[in-house]
Amino acid sequence: MKARVFVSFKTTVLDPQGQTVQSALNGLGYHGVAGVRQGKYFEIALSDGLSPEEARRQIDAMARDVLANPVIEEYRFELIE
Amino acid sequence: MRFGVIVFPGSNCDHDAWYAVQNNLGQPAEFIWHRSPSLGQVDAVILPGGFSYGDYLRCGAIAKFSPVMEAVRRFAAAGGPVLGICNGFQILVETGLLPGALMRNAGLRFVCKRVRLRVETTRSPFTSEAEKGQVLTFPVAHGECRYVADERTLDELEAEDRVALRYLDNPNGSLRDIAGILNRERNVMGLMPHPERVTEPLMGSNDGLTIFRSMAAAFALAR
Repeated sequence: MKARVFVSFKTTVLDPQGQTVQSALNGLGYHGVAGVRQGKYFEIALSDGLSPEEARRQIDAMARDVLANPVIEEYRFELIE
Repeated sequence: MRFGVIVFPGSNCDHDAWYAVQNNLGQPAEFIWHRSPSLGQVDAVILPGGFSYGDYLRCGAIAKFSPVMEAVRRFAAAGGPVLGICNGFQILVETGLLPGALMRNAGLRFVCKRVRLRVETTRSPFTSEAEKGQVLTFPVAHGECRYVADERTLDELEAEDRVALRYLDNPNGSLRDIAGILNRERNVMGLMPHPERVTEPLMGSNDGLTIFRSMAAAFALAR
C-alpha cells in the first residue's frame, strides 16, 4: 500500500514562486494560464499488514505534524493499493 | 551569564553568535550539539542562523524534532531567555514557540544587505537597553524570511506589544513590516536580521550588541 500526500499553500497565502511560473508560461505563449500554485507531493510506501483505517490515521497525523505546516499550508492524501 | 549556542547540522552563524557573546559582550558561551538532550548550566539559549538540516522539507521543520529542541522547549517554559536569529527564528515558529510562519521572500530574491530596524518595544530582555523608536542597522541574509500570520494573530501581536522590531524598508514583504517578535511571556524572541554580525567596530558597527547587552542586563536584574 502507498499513500500520496499533496501539500499546497492555503489560498489566502501569497505564492510568489507560483506567480513566477505563471508569468514564465504566459511569456512562452500559454495565454490560457490564469494562475499557478506550487506545492509538494510525497509518495509514502507503507508496510504490509497496516490496515487502511490505521494507515489513514497515521498519514493524517504525519501530514498535519510534519509534512505540512498548518499555519500556511493545507494537505490532502489518498491511499492506493 | 552563560550562553548556549545550539549547533544543528547546517548551522553557519553559530561561531558568529559565539564570538559576539564571548568576545564582544564578554560573557562565556558554549556550543550545544543538536543531539544533546540537555542544555547543561546555561542562562540563555541562542538558536543561530544557517540552514539547519539543509532546509529540507521547510526551513526549520526538521530541527523541530531534534532532541535538543525538547530541552529548549522546557527551558523556555521555565522562563529562560531564548533568542532565535534568522534560521533560529524559523525554527521557533516551526516549533510553535512563536506564532506565524516565514515564507519565500515576496521578490523571490535572496536579500543580503544592511537594513534599518525600528525598536518597537523595550519591554523585553532583548531590547531593554535600546530606546523605543531607536533605529538599529543590522545585516539580513535570507531567502525565506517573509513573516506571515493571520490577521487575528497580527492584531494580537500588536495589541500585546510583542512586535519587537520593524523594518523601515521592508526587504522581503513581511506582513506589517515585522522583523522580530516576542512570545506572550516575553522570554522568547525571534528576528530575521543578524545582530551578531554587527558587534564590534571592525564589523562596521556595534548596533547588534544592544540585543546581547539587554540580555545580560535582564539577567543581572533578575539575580
